Formats: sequence, C-alpha cells, structure tokens
Amino acid sequence: MAKVVAVTGNEACANALRQVNPDVCGIYPITPQTDMMQRFASFIADGKVDTESILVESEHSSMSACIGAAAAGGRVVTATSSQGLALMWEMLHIASGDRLPIIMPVVNRALSAPLNIHGDHSDAMGARDTGWIQLWSENAQEAYDNTIQAFRVAEHMDIRLPAMVCLDGFIISHSIERMEYLEDQQVKDFVGPFRNFLPLLDLDKPKSYGPLILTDLYHECKRAQHEVMTKVADVVLEVAKDFEKLSGRKYGIFETYRLEDADIAIVILNSAAGTTKDVIDEFRDKGIRAGLLKPRLFRPFPYTEIADALRHTRAVCVMDRADSFGGYGPLFMEVSSALYQAEKRPLLMNKIYGLGGRDYLPSHAAQVLTELTTVAESGKVSTIKEYIGVRE
Amino acid sequence: MATPLTLKELSKKEDRFTHGHRMCSGCGAPIVVKIAMMATEYPVVVSNATGCLEVSSCISEFTAWNVPWIHTAFENAAATLSGVETMYRSLKKQGRFDKDKEVKFIAFGGDGGTYDIGFQSLSGAMERGHDMIYICYDNGAYMNTGIQRSSATPLGADTTTCPAGSVIPGKLRARKNLTKIMAAHDIPYVAQASPSHWLDLAKKIQKAHEIKGPKFINVIAPCNRGWRSKTNDAIQLSRLAVNTCYWPLYEIENGVTRITVTPKEKISVAEFMKPQGRFKHLFSPENEGLLQRVQDEVDREWAKLQKEAKTD
Repeated sequence: MAKVVAVTGNEACANALRQVNPDVCGIYPITPQTDMMQRFASFIADGKVDTESILVESEHSSMSACIGAAAAGGRVVTATSSQGLALMWEMLHIASGDRLPIIMPVVNRALSAPLNIHGDHSDAMGARDTGWIQLWSENAQEAYDNTIQAFRVAEHMDIRLPAMVCLDGFIISHSIERMEYLEDQQVKDFVGPFRNFLPLLDLDKPKSYGPLILTDLYHECKRAQHEVMTKVADVVLEVAKDFEKLSGRKYGIFETYRLEDADIAIVILNSAAGTTKDVIDEFRDKGIRAGLLKPRLFRPFPYTEIADALRHTRAVCVMDRADSFGGYGPLFMEVSSALYQAEKRPLLMNKIYGLGGRDYLPSHAAQVLTELTTVAESGKVSTIKEYIGVRE
Repeated sequence: MATPLTLKELSKKEDRFTHGHRMCSGCGAPIVVKIAMMATEYPVVVSNATGCLEVSSCISEFTAWNVPWIHTAFENAAATLSGVETMYRSLKKQGRFDKDKEVKFIAFGGDGGTYDIGFQSLSGAMERGHDMIYICYDNGAYMNTGIQRSSATPLGADTTTCPAGSVIPGKLRARKNLTKIMAAHDIPYVAQASPSHWLDLAKKIQKAHEIKGPKFINVIAPCNRGWRSKTNDAIQLSRLAVNTCYWPLYEIENGVTRITVTPKEKISVAEFMKPQGRFKHLFSPENEGLLQRVQDEVDREWAKLQKEAKTD
C-alpha cells in the first residue's frame, strides 16, 4: 500500500535511493542538494542500505569515482547541483561515453557569477550535450517517481546510459508537499537486481575501459551514442507503463494540459508548470483556449512528438529558466527546431523567467498568455526573446 | 602470495603488461610498469591517468594490459580507482564477489597527472584510506604533450614552457617533494624507487601489496625525448639519479623512514645532469650559480633524509 507523506523533494529523492539500495554512492555537499545526500548518509549510518559511500573531496572526484564504481560492475548513484554539476562536466561525457548507467538527481540551481544558490535550470541545461538522459520533475512526487524509473531506463540492456533527474532547487528540494511513497519491496521488485554488462571486476576476462581512439573509429563511437539515444523514448514509455500499474500515476515523455484544442500554449519545465496550469484554468474560464506542454524527457528530446502536440496551435511561448547569452533560451531552441519540420506551425516566442530563483508569479503567466492572445490574432511576434519579471 | 624476486623466476612469468605497446624506444616508464606488474601474484586492477603510458598502451582494439584496466581522464586516476575499489568492497560485503579472492588495485600516473592536475584527487583518495597503490612514474615534465614544465621539473631544466632563453635560464623553482607530501598524509606506506634498482622497486611493490590501505610509490622514469639524452641511457641515468642522491631510494613505513639504497660514493649531481640536453645551458659559465644551487638543494634534501632515517 502506498504511504501518504508530507516531505521535501530532497527527502523524497533520498528515500527513492534508499528503496533502490545502490551498491556505491558518491557524496559531496552543495546547496541545495546537500540535504538529500546527508539524509542518504544517515540511511547508510543506520544500516538501512547496503551502500558503500565515497565521501569525495570534490564533485569531479565524485563523478570519477562513480565511473570507476559503475565500470567495476554495480549500481551507482550520486547527486549534485549547480557548480558541482559544472565541475563534473568533463566526467559527464566519460560516464556516457563508457555507457555507464549512473543515476544522479540534479537539484537545479543557478551558476556563478554572481554567486547565487537559488533555483534555475542553467546547470542541467549546460549539461544537455553530455550524453546523459534527462528527466525533469514538476514536484516532489515526480522527482521521486522519476528517480525510481530512471534506474529501469538507464540500466535497460538496450540503453546502458547515465541519467539525471532534475528538480527545482529550494522550490521543490526544500518545500514540503503531500506525496505518496511506494512500499520498499515494491520499489525493489520494480527496479530488480542490477544486471552487469562487461564489468571491470571480471578477472577472468580482463576489460580495458577508456582506450585512445582517434580518427579511425571515434566518429563511429559517437554515432553509436546517438543511435542508442534514439531508443530511449520507447524505453521511458515502457517503464512508465509498468510504473503506472504499480502506482496509478501516468507518465509520458511530456505532459500536456488542456492542449488538445488550445489556440495558444506555453511550453515550460519543472515547478513553474504548476503555477502556469492554474492561470491557464483562469484563461479557460474567460473563454480563451489556452494550454500547456511540460517536457519530462529533455534528453533525448522528443522533436516529432512535441511538434505533433503543438502544431495545431496558433501561438506558443517557450519559457526558459536558463539562458544562452547571445542565443535563444535552450528549451526554445529545441521546440523551435521541432516545429520547423512541421508544415503548419504556430508563431513562437521565448521568455526568460525566474533566473537565480526570481519568483515566477501567476501574473507572469497571465502576462504571457495575454500577449499570446494578441500574437495569435495579429499573426505577428514583435520580439522573439524577452525577459519577464526583470527589474528595468 | 609472494613471487620469488629472482630473474630466473620472473622470466618464467606471463607478462601482465606486454610488449607491443607504443611507448618510445628507450622510455623508462614501461620498465617501471613491467616490474610493478610482475612483482605480485595477486589479481590486479589498474587505473591509468591520461598520459604517455595511457595513450601508448591501449589504442582502439589493441591493449598491452593483460589485467582489467581503466582510464577515464587526466586528473583522476586515484578517484577513479577509489570507485572501483569501493565497488569491490561493496560487492564483497554483500556476498556478490568471491570472498576468498583478494584483488589489488594500482593506479599509474605521470608527474603531470600526479604532482599537478591529479594532486587533489590523489590526496583525497589517500586520505579516505582506499586500499590501493598509487605509482607515479616521474619523468619531470608533461612529456606526452611535448615537454612542458610541471611541478616535478627540476630546478634549471629547459622545457618548452620554461625554455632556457637568453634572459631566463630554464626553470627557476626547485621541484616539489611529492614523496614527502604523501608521507605527510600519514598513510601506512610511501616509497621512492628507480628502475635502475629493479629489485628494490619490486620489493617495495611486494611490500606495499601486503599493507592494507593507501600506498604511494614515486618512481623516476627517464624520458630521452624530454631529457634530451641517448635512447639507451634510461637505466644509466636513473642509476646516476640515485648515486648523486638527486633521487634517493627510501621508504616510510608507518612513519618510520628507512633509506633502502645508500650510494657507495655520493657523486656530484652534475654527473647526472651532464648527459642530459635539458641541463646543457647550466654548464656555461654564466649559469654556474644555478648549477651550484641544484647541488645545494640535493645536498640539503639528502642531509634531511639521512637525519630522518632509521639506521639499520
């Protein structure tokens, strides 16, 4: 039986990791993730898991140790935020290039400078091209559910790739919400025992991990990494189906909200989607056909499916909680690429919101939806990229 | 599980680090690795920092390693191996790895990957107490990228980033004493070795394997490209390094220092430097003072070591 609890996002993820009972865990503090791994450290100290922790001296070493542990042959986790993820950047590519199914909750936080500990998506967006699967989560329940499902996706024998589960720093990591835990045994059965693939600790058949490969085969290795990514969406859906049977909670590669007959729509990630849904209801009450699309799987990005879901609308605003200075927001670039392939496509605009934990308010969503209504009527976008909620 | 350390017995052993690798002719590093891998019967898992040894020993589908081997990046051979070793302990604890099988873990890194960029990762792994031997093959510069200065580069040496020019005569700083720094970690075993004294090196490896916890062994590894020396001089030069006391052979076991090889006659460090093109400029009259500084540094360090050492 599911247990209803009131917990923070960090506590929810720590409990998901406890229920999975990984073999090795890299631990290093960084706000706002610290609290997640320190809870997990208590589970280790109290003998609630079999996990051996590595209390590393940096996130770079954390990911390096996780790679060594995963290559050795077993289930490996760590968690991080912001500068920690940035410090890991070099090693993220090596984890995916070596096809190691490491699971890592990323508690999204802004990047320096200036120093800011609050939630935005700059960290995970900066890691989008590292070959990791990315699952994004609106609330504590989704962060918990995604963490559990991530193991099945990453460890799938057709996939064997690392996965990060993204949740918003403080807004989700530190806010207490009502959510449901699965039973320990249910999670254990759902995830199943770890299946080895070419373990380094197989002494009878020595393996070499991480060779030098130059112009002869490197191109092919990288193509193979892309090929495996193309299989991820189907596995995510297959795992989600099993998870629904267990939990009653339905997951796709993205979520749509009142989008089917919408004229205007907002595309937005993570916690801000909740606020936006409320405002969409208000606009619907006024007779305005507004809808929302919230990507769950950001890497690999489901271009065709998202284009199909949005092509009937007249105007779409893609909202980014991260920026690419001198470019459009990262989510906008993806949605824009997806829609370019569609014959009939909506007008598109990009709003940058909530950087460094700046509050995203219902009035911001209302402002965007009002502008979308005008754009849909006039058929014109005046400025493609704009900042909202910014002090002028 | 001690291997008899006689040439007759060792010659019968199957190589764990085989011929066919692509290290330069006359390089000291593969000699060090070969001896280190020979000196034990235990199953060994190797972690290798990016560097000459790594790029020359495992290329596409070819490998010179007859043991499990992992390379991830430049600065993290120790951190990577700490992960492998931790997984081994976790699986053993859970009954998922043969409880009677004892596996040993060795990391190899050059001086760039050990003294410099990998220093934090090494220090962290040693402090955490992982059961491993970290072996640094020290050739005194970033040789893989083309002889750039590292913190292991000796005083006065000419490298491509501290070239001996008309104004600046090569490296102006003395090398950092990494062996002593590792000893300051209070780990159970730290040693310095040389391929010229292969038996001393092999004994140190063998001893280190029998000690639980983190071990560090620093081994001089002549590089004829970077040292601008003859290709057949690796053993001769490493012997001169020992006999000049530029590279003393000693070990620090549980805090007790012991000099393992004392030169019969301590010769001038110039004898070690003369055959090397990287020190050529130090033998011109205007650099006499710098050459003297090198000798003074060596004398001071040797005196310090003798003071610290327990006499048998």
